[in-house]
Amino acid sequence: MSSTTPRHTALDALHRSLGATMTDFAGWDMPLRYGSERDEHLAVRTKAGLFDLSHMGEITVTGPEAAALLDYALVGNLGSVKVGRARYTMICREDGGILDDLIVYRLGETEYMVVANASNAQVVLDALTERAAAHGDFDAVVRDDRDAYSLLAIQGPESPGILKSLTDADLDGLKYYAGLPGTVADVPALIARTGYTGEDGFELFVAPADAEKLWQALTEAGSSAGLVPCGLSCRDTLRLEAGMPLYGHELSTSLTPFDAGLGRVVKFEKEGDFVGREALAAAAARAESSPPRVLVGLIAEGRRVPRAGYAVVAGGKVVGEVTSGAPSPTLGKPIAMAYVDAAHSAPCTPGVGVDIRGSHEPYEVVALPFYKRQK
Amino acid sequence: MSIPQQLRYSKEHEWLSVAEDGVSTVGITEFAANALGDVVYVQLPEVGDTVTAGETCGELESTKSVSDLYSPVTGEVTEINQDVVDDPALVNTAPFEGGWLFKVRIAEEPKDLLSAAEYTEFSGSDSAS
Repeated sequence: MSSTTPRHTALDALHRSLGATMTDFAGWDMPLRYGSERDEHLAVRTKAGLFDLSHMGEITVTGPEAAALLDYALVGNLGSVKVGRARYTMICREDGGILDDLIVYRLGETEYMVVANASNAQVVLDALTERAAAHGDFDAVVRDDRDAYSLLAIQGPESPGILKSLTDADLDGLKYYAGLPGTVADVPALIARTGYTGEDGFELFVAPADAEKLWQALTEAGSSAGLVPCGLSCRDTLRLEAGMPLYGHELSTSLTPFDAGLGRVVKFEKEGDFVGREALAAAAARAESSPPRVLVGLIAEGRRVPRAGYAVVAGGKVVGEVTSGAPSPTLGKPIAMAYVDAAHSAPCTPGVGVDIRGSHEPYEVVALPFYKRQK
Repeated sequence: MSIPQQLRYSKEHEWLSVAEDGVSTVGITEFAANALGDVVYVQLPEVGDTVTAGETCGELESTKSVSDLYSPVTGEVTEINQDVVDDPALVNTAPFEGGWLFKVRIAEEPKDLLSAAEYTEFSGSDSAS
């Protein structure tokens, strides 16, 4: 981070009034938890939770060649996304390394909103700007809209009911990974049915000046349904249980999407060249013939918690590395995601453990995700 | 933030009760419990172990991290709190009561422990760092 002074969201004073424990996240001072992170986690799984995600980086791409630019700059087929829908995709380097994972909303025929991770927002903005100037200039404008939006998320099985009480928008018609402009509690919002928790839920992009009003309205509307404010700590355990990767843990510039088991996001069939195509084609072939390591789930037999960077061991040898680990509130056991040598990556492979500060603790290898909601 | 008057405190955020028949109780403070977040695993010394003031004698795991447990005093462990092993959340919900960790027969009068007033000041300044 270039700055030593943390950035604050529009809801900063509100978080403090709620007694939040704050933490630095990618240069932002963000709520880690308000009370017990386990209770917050379980509220999202069974009722509803309210998050401030205003640290996420919004970048708007507009113009006649907005779709063409994104098809060139990203690995996905963004031109095929229908207006009002969203797509999970990635931006890679020429060598195939992942710069960031993204959600891209198509707001109009010639308008997209790219949502980047806070830690990578500048990198993504710079890459898109640079790539817009390539190939004799795309007729498209890349705009930094990070300060134009606050982002609130309401997640959990009660969230549709809560949100319905505050909006006339057609939530029943709003599919997973779709977004539509509307009004929530008299606040203009882009209402998206997305999230990072493994539950049904919504993300609401609003003007920062409206963020507090919307937060209060959601809190009030949700109180009888059990909605609680939730911090980044439970967001991390929720996404881990749902098997969702986190940049800097499961994803990095030294991995291609194929190394991360997410090769499906790379759309070779799309028209025209895109950044990383050649390297990614080679990575795809490599992953097919001889995968180096595979991203797997690990479930502890004991109670000690694996942490990022801990070695995965088998037969006294290092066979992998933990990328994320935490006690799972849903499973009641420690869980982890880890890159493990292909030979040890099959579910139920015997003899796999994690080196937890010198002692080899037994772990069960499982396929991801750990948790899938019942629909 | 609760900081009981009758206890003494270490700079590693453990508390030590007044000895009864030479035996004191050890736990971690509410400040420490809040800083850790939900405690999910507690590894304690075993009964009969000798613990040494300022040295690690166990560990506490929370959602986000693992922390060493330091003994605030030198002596022999006479009892551990099985309830907190079975239900580590007691450390968060009742750090000074049901969430106590172990009892120790004091071999050396502890030095460098803080009074409640001193610890209040210490943890106040520590939290700002």
